[in-house]
Amino acid sequence: MKIIVLLKMVPDVVEELELAADGKALDTEFLRMIANEFDNHALEEALLLKEKYSGTVTVVALDAPEVDDALFTALAKGADQALKITDGDGTLGTRAGAYRLAQTLSSVPGLLPADLILTGAQAIDDLDGLTAPLVSHLLGLPQLAIVTKISVDTTAGVATVLREFPGGVRGEYEVKLPAVLGIQAAEKPPRYVPVAKVRAAMKSQAIQSVPAATAADGGVGLLPVEEMSKPEVTEHAQMLKGSPEEIANQLCEILAARGLL
Amino acid sequence: MAGNVWVLAEQWRGQLSDITYEVLALGKEVATALGVDLQAVLLGHEIKDLARSLGEANSVLYLDHTALATPVPETFAHALTFAIRARRPHVVLIPLTNVNWELGALLAAELEVGYVNACKDVRSEGGKLETRSLLYGGKMEAIVNPGQSPAILGILPGVRPTDQGRADAMPPVEELTVDLLETSSIRWKRYLEVEAGDIDISKQEVLVSVGRGIQSRDNVALAEDLAGALGGAVCGSRPVIDQGWLPLSRQVGKSGVVVKPKLYVAAGISGAPEHVEGMKNSDLIVAVNSDPQAPIFNVAHYGINADVMDVLPTLTEAVHSRKEVKKHAA
Amino acid sequence: MLPDPATLPYLGMPGYFHLWLLTFVSFFVFGSRVLRHVRVLAQARPENRWDHIGKRIGLVVTNVLGQRRLLDEPMIGVAHLVIFWSFVAYATTFFWNLLRGLIPALAISYPDDVGWVAFCVQALGVLGVIALAVAAVRRYLFTPVSLERSWDAAIILLLIAIVLLSALAGAGFRALAATGEESWRPLGGYLAVIFASLGVTRWQAPTLYLWTWWVHMITVLGFLAYLPYSKHLHLLASPFSVFFASLEPGKMPSASEGASQLEEFTWRQLFSGLACAECGRCDRACPSFVCGEPLSPKQFIHRVKELVLASSGSPAAGNGKKFLGDVVRPEDVWACTTCAACMERCPVFNEHIPLVIEMRRKLVAEGDVQPRLQEAFTNLGRYGNSFGQSERKRAVWTQSLDFKPKDARREAVQWLWYLGEYACYHPALQGITRSLARTLRSAGVDYGILYEAERNSGNDVRRVGEEGLFELLRQKNTATLQQARFNNLFTTDPHVYNTFKNEYPDLNHGRHPVSHYTELLAILLECRQLKVARKLPYRVTYHDPCYLGRYNGVYDPPRAVLKALGMELREMPRSRRQSFCCGGGGGRVWMEETGEAHSRPSESRVREAASLDGVQYLVVACPKDYVMFTDALKTTGLESKLMVKDIAELAEEAVTA
Repeated sequence: MKIIVLLKMVPDVVEELELAADGKALDTEFLRMIANEFDNHALEEALLLKEKYSGTVTVVALDAPEVDDALFTALAKGADQALKITDGDGTLGTRAGAYRLAQTLSSVPGLLPADLILTGAQAIDDLDGLTAPLVSHLLGLPQLAIVTKISVDTTAGVATVLREFPGGVRGEYEVKLPAVLGIQAAEKPPRYVPVAKVRAAMKSQAIQSVPAATAADGGVGLLPVEEMSKPEVTEHAQMLKGSPEEIANQLCEILAARGLL
Repeated sequence: MAGNVWVLAEQWRGQLSDITYEVLALGKEVATALGVDLQAVLLGHEIKDLARSLGEANSVLYLDHTALATPVPETFAHALTFAIRARRPHVVLIPLTNVNWELGALLAAELEVGYVNACKDVRSEGGKLETRSLLYGGKMEAIVNPGQSPAILGILPGVRPTDQGRADAMPPVEELTVDLLETSSIRWKRYLEVEAGDIDISKQEVLVSVGRGIQSRDNVALAEDLAGALGGAVCGSRPVIDQGWLPLSRQVGKSGVVVKPKLYVAAGISGAPEHVEGMKNSDLIVAVNSDPQAPIFNVAHYGINADVMDVLPTLTEAVHSRKEVKKHAA
Repeated sequence: MLPDPATLPYLGMPGYFHLWLLTFVSFFVFGSRVLRHVRVLAQARPENRWDHIGKRIGLVVTNVLGQRRLLDEPMIGVAHLVIFWSFVAYATTFFWNLLRGLIPALAISYPDDVGWVAFCVQALGVLGVIALAVAAVRRYLFTPVSLERSWDAAIILLLIAIVLLSALAGAGFRALAATGEESWRPLGGYLAVIFASLGVTRWQAPTLYLWTWWVHMITVLGFLAYLPYSKHLHLLASPFSVFFASLEPGKMPSASEGASQLEEFTWRQLFSGLACAECGRCDRACPSFVCGEPLSPKQFIHRVKELVLASSGSPAAGNGKKFLGDVVRPEDVWACTTCAACMERCPVFNEHIPLVIEMRRKLVAEGDVQPRLQEAFTNLGRYGNSFGQSERKRAVWTQSLDFKPKDARREAVQWLWYLGEYACYHPALQGITRSLARTLRSAGVDYGILYEAERNSGNDVRRVGEEGLFELLRQKNTATLQQARFNNLFTTDPHVYNTFKNEYPDLNHGRHPVSHYTELLAILLECRQLKVARKLPYRVTYHDPCYLGRYNGVYDPPRAVLKALGMELREMPRSRRQSFCCGGGGGRVWMEETGEAHSRPSESRVREAASLDGVQYLVVACPKDYVMFTDALKTTGLESKLMVKDIAELAEEAVTA
């Protein structure tokens, strides 16, 4: 089975996010880029499927700071091939990014057809689209998002897929392959790959760089951000202070006043 | 004349979701500002009766088709694309929940127009639309002018109070006949329900909810003790459920249950938007977190900046001793 | 005249003929079994243990001949010492007897015929029998934890008893047979009297003597054949295991991808299994075992023994199970706090921790890492701290100081203070960190910190088995330290102390001595650079951190500080090298509790401290200890009885007027 994983770098929100001088984007100076958490789940799901059904996993990412680390990590985890689409500068929106990805997938020989294209169901910087539905549309493939489980019938060429609905309910679908799936959570948490293996991958394996195909974006440009700002805190909790006992007593008063005790 | 403002009425398993009313309330504001009508769009099969509950809209357009009886996103996108091409609305507001998660993006791609994700507000001044999107796990907001028409906007839950979007009026209902092919590549099979037998946290009056800050499975017992003392139940945020420390049925948030208890104690929960979505309407929210900057404090009524493992046992004890006093007094 | 057991005929052949036959069989079985063990060890990874021969001989003298570590448990220690020496004596006379018996033509007498030898051996024999009785009573009536009442142990006790008693009886019969002759028969004479009173005649004595001689010889020869597969292999292996002991017990095993099967361990790691006497001292000292965690260091070593035996063809073990996974469970491997109490107690210098580390490395290499630990690793790789906080917040604790500590990256300082992540980030510890900052400033110490450039030192990362991450941290830290300008380095954290002192070769070479803050305080107090404004009238007890005490031998400076500050120190029963771990070391702070334990090590420790009469403070010198014990006081409900204090807090209290 042939699986492609689309991986995107997003800002690490552990760091305090700062605004650029024009107030329309993030200040990149202190920005730390990490692989999108949901894409890591997509990669994990791909690796699990590979272990189960055998096959290959190719990871494709747009160029961005720290993307090499993420791709080598993916190789160390067990991906067979890593592809970096150069000249993307990380400021592409989700939509233009999806166009680049779709075009590259179609233009680089040997990538398509793939049985499955997996990516995260969402990313924290998705402002103008979601990668999975956009790529599926561009490639003319079926798609499902918020996927938490995939099992494949390789002879029939179909996958049974679970998609999340509200209230913990899940929907079961049968999807004809090839298909694009937006992964919410892999069946197991993403695996740990020791640093030594990542370093070994850096020495023994290579990331294949491919230039982006023409920058066509389907006539839809980047969504113009007029202003970016930290959310105003309109309301903030009244903070209870003191020793744990004092706090507990204050809270009991509050609860008692509302008839909750 | 400019096109109308559309709100996709989210129906799931034959029921309208609360978010439908929230988005209707928002749509009404936008429509009024633009001087156009608000139209609710209802997609499904044999759900015409639901239109009656959409009184906030000036009219209801509904598409009924057997292919819309099951939740295949692409089919819904095809149907809505058809309707948009037929009627040319100016703005389409899509409730952004797990039901229609990918619908807006699919729609925009088919129509080759823009899409704005994760809107926490939409305003219109002088005919110009301005959306406010929540990005980077709620740490930033981006103001965007969607420009093109129709503007497809994905609206986050909680954009307006639910009640604001409910009205008793009986709007005129119009059916739009749509010719749909069931997509052959995705076949709906069935729903997998939550394991039965567990309590229904949406019916609890008191919930003690635990998040990543609880650190280990053992510490869930601390929350259980407090819940026991307060006469409630324990629930949790996604990381806790993913770890397997609590069953899926106890998950609060976007992919879990939406709860509105009288008291919600958020213990060691940072307050990611996906979680907040599921508990923000609780009557009283008390948050405990060791990070003073945790976003949960922006949602909570009372906050305690301390270690969860310290606060929970102390609080449990205080509740018990207060009950003792009360018993003696009685 | 006594008959010569070696020349008398039995079944038509002379005694020496039978003796030759028995000796051949016994030595052959013994030799081939030992050879098999050696062959198995030869398949293992090499490890050089031939350095510092002098030191190694010294270890053998004190710990084999002197049995120093056995004396940690005095009663059985003395008993074992006696058994050991009587065994040595009997082994010597056995070979003497054997030589004489095999070659009757040799013109030497039997050892029993040499008066002083006979006396020594018989005296040791009597003491040995008493010691055996003590050992048996302890094992079967007052069984300590982790001592098994196994058949193996019983057989061995019995065999040794037969060896000793047969020799003693033989001496008695010889004396009885020789009644009237003018020769010195020290203890034998008394036994002769006893035998005579039991009705043994002088004419029966020679025959009985012959029988006891043969019983003695056959028992020893049988013992020899049995030995290589019994727990008493330690008798043979322990002198070697002590000789080849690690001279730096805290040292990490050399770089490897971990071990899960025989060939992946080093020969010395496997040899631990053969040397083990199953005495259970490690279990009794192990914080995880004592609290009911799945780990038993003794079982751990025993499994290694089974692994070796299975490969050397013993029928007792081996069945296609995976060693790491089925035989040793990952939970066992993760439960270790690397506190080194087991290794410190082990009388035969077995190496439990290197085994644990090798297996952890393997688990890490296979990605078999529990989620919390994985998160810690990711955070350490990304932010340089396990808390998952931005490195820009590392010096957040300085914000509420009324001065700004020097930045050692920008200006030269005498002392570089490397705080460690707990002291920087943990909300409960930041106040203590500020205490130390103010105290040192008031003493005029010229110090600086590295602000956001400081990273986790990697001590615990290494002990969790993520060697690559340790390397990465060490490289980054070394680069940072090379850019900083300083003479000496001190740290708040014993874990940082250990790895900087022993595992950062580029930092040391004597150029930048590494100290713990308690050592620095001790010096400052001694030379009166830090003046005590008022003596603190507290009665306290002090907990030795594993990585300060057992790992680096720093026991006295913290005590000197407490004394200089005027406090009265009461020692806990488990102190100094027998200190009991808080349970947070070796990366345990980043792991889930298994849920199998009935209590936590930290709880056991605070109970121990609280049981001391009138002690108000449990004093610590390690940030993790502070956190662990403060928690434990809450969970044990001892908060009203005892408080945890860091030495830094007490120092500030005493120097502030």
